Amino acid sequence: MNDFAKRFLRSRSGMIGLVLLILLVLLAIFADVVYPGDPWRMVGRPNLPPFSEGFMFGTDQLGRDVAAGIVHGARISLLIGFASSVVALGVGVVVGAVAGYFSGWLDDVLMRFTEFFQTIPSFMLAIVLVAIFSPTLTSIVTAIAVVSWPPIARLVRAEFLTLRQRDFVKAAQVGGHSQFNIILHQVLPNALSPVIVMASLMVAAAILIESGLSFLGLGDRNYITWGFMIGAGRTMIRHAWWLSAIPGLAIFVTVLALNLFGQGLSDVLNPRLSRSNRT
Amino acid sequence: MISQALKPVINIRDLSIALPQGADRAFAVQDLTLDLNRDEILCVVGESGSGKSLLAGAIMGLLPQGVTISSGTINFGDQNLTELSETAYRKVRGARIAMVFQEPMTALNPVLTVHEQINEALVAHGVRDSAERNSRILELLDATGLPDPATLQHRYPFRLSGGQRQRAMIAMALALEPDVLIADEPTTALDVTTQKQILELLRDIQRQRQLAVLFITHDFGVVAEIADRVAVMQFGELVEEGRAADVLDRPKHPYSQRLIAAVRGMSETARPVAPQIENPILSIRGATKTYSAGKSGFWSNSKRRIKALDNVSLDVGQGETLGIVGESGSGKTTLGQSVVQLVDLDSGEIRYRGQSIQAMDRKTRAQMRPKIQIIFQDPYASLNPRHRISRALTETQMIHGTPRKDALLRAQNMLDLVGLEKSALDRYPHEFSGGQRQRIGIARALVMDPDLIVADEAVSALDVSIQAQVLELLADIRKRLNLSMLFITHDLRVAAQVCDRIAVMRRGEVVEIGQAAAVLENPQHEYTRLLCDSMPGLDWFANHPMENVG
Amino acid sequence: MSQAKFLLIRLIKAIMVLLAVTVFSFGLIRAAPGDPATVLAGEQGAVDPEFLDRVRARYGLDRPMHEQLFKYVAGIAVLDFGDSYQHNRPVIDLIAERLPATLLLTMTAFVLALLGGVAMGVTAAKHVGKWPDAVITVAALIFFALPLFWVGLMFILLFSVQLGLLPAFGMATIGTDMSLLGRALDVGWHLIMPAATLGLLYLATYTRMTRASVLEVMDLDFVRTARAKGLGERRIWRRHILKNAILPIITLASLQAGHLVGGAVLTETVFAWPGIGRLAFDALLQRDYNLLLAIFIVASAFVVFFNLVADLVYSLADPRIEVNA
Repeated sequence: MNDFAKRFLRSRSGMIGLVLLILLVLLAIFADVVYPGDPWRMVGRPNLPPFSEGFMFGTDQLGRDVAAGIVHGARISLLIGFASSVVALGVGVVVGAVAGYFSGWLDDVLMRFTEFFQTIPSFMLAIVLVAIFSPTLTSIVTAIAVVSWPPIARLVRAEFLTLRQRDFVKAAQVGGHSQFNIILHQVLPNALSPVIVMASLMVAAAILIESGLSFLGLGDRNYITWGFMIGAGRTMIRHAWWLSAIPGLAIFVTVLALNLFGQGLSDVLNPRLSRSNRT
Repeated sequence: MISQALKPVINIRDLSIALPQGADRAFAVQDLTLDLNRDEILCVVGESGSGKSLLAGAIMGLLPQGVTISSGTINFGDQNLTELSETAYRKVRGARIAMVFQEPMTALNPVLTVHEQINEALVAHGVRDSAERNSRILELLDATGLPDPATLQHRYPFRLSGGQRQRAMIAMALALEPDVLIADEPTTALDVTTQKQILELLRDIQRQRQLAVLFITHDFGVVAEIADRVAVMQFGELVEEGRAADVLDRPKHPYSQRLIAAVRGMSETARPVAPQIENPILSIRGATKTYSAGKSGFWSNSKRRIKALDNVSLDVGQGETLGIVGESGSGKTTLGQSVVQLVDLDSGEIRYRGQSIQAMDRKTRAQMRPKIQIIFQDPYASLNPRHRISRALTETQMIHGTPRKDALLRAQNMLDLVGLEKSALDRYPHEFSGGQRQRIGIARALVMDPDLIVADEAVSALDVSIQAQVLELLADIRKRLNLSMLFITHDLRVAAQVCDRIAVMRRGEVVEIGQAAAVLENPQHEYTRLLCDSMPGLDWFANHPMENVG
Repeated sequence: MSQAKFLLIRLIKAIMVLLAVTVFSFGLIRAAPGDPATVLAGEQGAVDPEFLDRVRARYGLDRPMHEQLFKYVAGIAVLDFGDSYQHNRPVIDLIAERLPATLLLTMTAFVLALLGGVAMGVTAAKHVGKWPDAVITVAALIFFALPLFWVGLMFILLFSVQLGLLPAFGMATIGTDMSLLGRALDVGWHLIMPAATLGLLYLATYTRMTRASVLEVMDLDFVRTARAKGLGERRIWRRHILKNAILPIITLASLQAGHLVGGAVLTETVFAWPGIGRLAFDALLQRDYNLLLAIFIVASAFVVFFNLVADLVYSLADPRIEVNA
């Protein structure tokens, strides 16, 4: 573990990503402290530009504080991003592990199932699902999870297929370990590295999907989200460009942080792939 | 005054090759002085880490990133190759010095045909006339013994067998009639029978064209087979050099002595008569297993059926070591795996102490499983990289009910038995060398107190000198614990040293079985005869018994 | 297996996938809260009793479930997706009308992204560890993190609002009389920003993939063999490295090509591009789920089609792949 942490500290991209992420998470957790109260409240004159007195990011056409919206919006984005990824991981790992370890007809069936979900245009499916089942936090998280799990399943399956053939797995079989035991203790720990990397990228993708849905009006109306702010600010783009620009930057920074973090993880877990320091 | 004809073709003087920072030593090759003469085969022998491959790379000017020639010269004719520009070097490579590599599977471009790959070499070195190129390609393919060159040349590499690909590589190397041919372990990845053919081919070609051949190998048997001169390398230094016959007969350096002794020892069969097989500990009857390759299922009808085991019947006596010898595709691995229940037979029976394993219920089977254990080939893949050694050695015990303290104690005893320190328990596999990992694998197999051990190519992936040590260890353990062993290998030499009886397998069938000495000295089946003949250097070592060496 | 048989089997598989998609859509309609008739009729159509009756009849909503399913699937098989109340036309006509615009947009974006991405990836790999690699890798990282729709808006902000260079909305300037060439140029002018927006994400993907693939191939044995033969660097790059490195890119590109049709919703919405993505957004606003699902099925059909093309293209490029199911 320490060895891993030490190597991660050396990864520049990983550290930048991690630091940014920590800042964002802290911001989201302490949103109520930094900007207490309802972000939908009208608190100032409408259409104030950024860096106005007391309003770092300005106000929108109804006089609402943009900065408050950004900070509270972080909560939703991060929440939905992580929640949907956890669900997608759960489903994907199980499907992939079973398909990759047991092979045969079970593998065939599960793979057809996975392929089906990969064939359907994913963003459209997300739209359809959220539209039909009304936009709530639950439906959004579910919809994003539904379109995100197939790549994980594929990856886990591939890892399991190769690992299953490894001699140390065979040794465990000859030693009489149960199948469940082998999957959990022999195969899975070795399969996790690429999955962890993919997971961090998946959170990033989930946030992008969520913001896209919000932009189209399919976000949960009870909460303020970055995508919604961009969509709302679209009509004012000529006069109050910051209403759309700033929330987008927030999304960009968050997704970038996650990507950098994932890159750092990848560098540490797969040292031979990072070509810049080859011997 | 040395006349032109007697001057060496390549003259290496005080060559040092530096490794990048962080490598396990500063120099891959240090102060090497060596000559390669016209019309001779010089074998450079060494184990992994000797620097022999990098030496070849240095001559070709193809060292990997970070590895550089720090001092010395490589003289080729009147050119000093170490000072050559890249453009000038390109004219030398392929045309005057050519190279053949080890892995025929990956050394050819998969998306170009054989014709295209030879053709481009000719084009690159200025052979303009396409008719001339075409006829030359056909000649070359024919000269290297490839069947039906006219059709084969338009095939892609994946269509060719390993031996054919290597022949194609040799043809490609000879295309521009070079003066020097460097062969970097060209036969190591091939079956022993194919190896013999390729070695013969290389020898013939060398004689016909009076080439200077630099042949890199780790196998002294190969040296005995084809070398005119030998150079032995260890840790980047040249430790011995001379005429092949001289070095093989009277090696001066202890390292050469050790390597030769290891190979020689394996060709001598001094096994005593095998014990009786009245109550065999393992009895295989009519074992059959067929694999269908290619996708099976509703949509596909392309199934290639491969008979891995075809009605195999064998006995292993108590305390006996039975060798299973065969090349790739012989079914020996499948047999070993079926004995430890990793693979289910389609039909046939395996009896352990008279009881049929197939007929046992799950509980009994689970109980007897620890009694037959296995040692795998690849020391780098047989241990879970994320588990400490203590876990590898105690987990199975604990699953079968042994309390942790007792399991640890036994693990320590086993480590002791295989010659490793107790401190190994707290470490991870990557901290150990290949030979050490193999010892841990043996300890793991022994920890459950088995009666029978299947050794599946247990020493094939190890360096020759380490092989000898591990084989000694196995012999010692077998005697002490009165173990029975099923020793699977492709190397008849190794089998002869270790086994009481030997069974020879080919394409799923046992073609011959008998006492080890008998099988080697008086092979009955033609395939066994072929295997015996193919063992490199066998003739030589048989005819040159070892003189007294200190 | 012969080429024809291979194609036939893949075709059957493709049809089965489409069938599954159709059944899935059917299931979604049933799963939606409320009366299936109102779901199918859309927000506007639901208040018109006559239209509701037509919908009930057309989809057999009073009949048992398996008959409904059959009617639905049968209808789609003959490309009858029902009618859209809001537009007062058969859905299939609507889709057919808007499809070319989407294809124009997505194909342009795709080709640009592919060519640009491969070029950038190869450059980065050739100069790995040095500044061109660093610049390209950082650029790809940034493009990857940008939200698509926001980029589009920022483009509009910069090039239309601030600089007044490019048109912000639509596919063509309406009203004026133009020659064929003029019309083509006008469309092209409108195409720039949407295509750039859509292509940016894919550019990042292809850059990364190409860089990784080239780096991997560069280390393989046969490249060393090529050098040992004394071949020139250019030849080695062309016939040995790139020819092999491009294979996974081809797979990825062919698979992604199919997804572009369904993936243009955001871009078309931002730029008011008259394609089926925009149509889907309108359907969304109008709660016209029938239209929405129809677009969904058509988009899936494109994916399936392009997957088939992908297999064929790849089997041509890689001689190791025999024409096998």
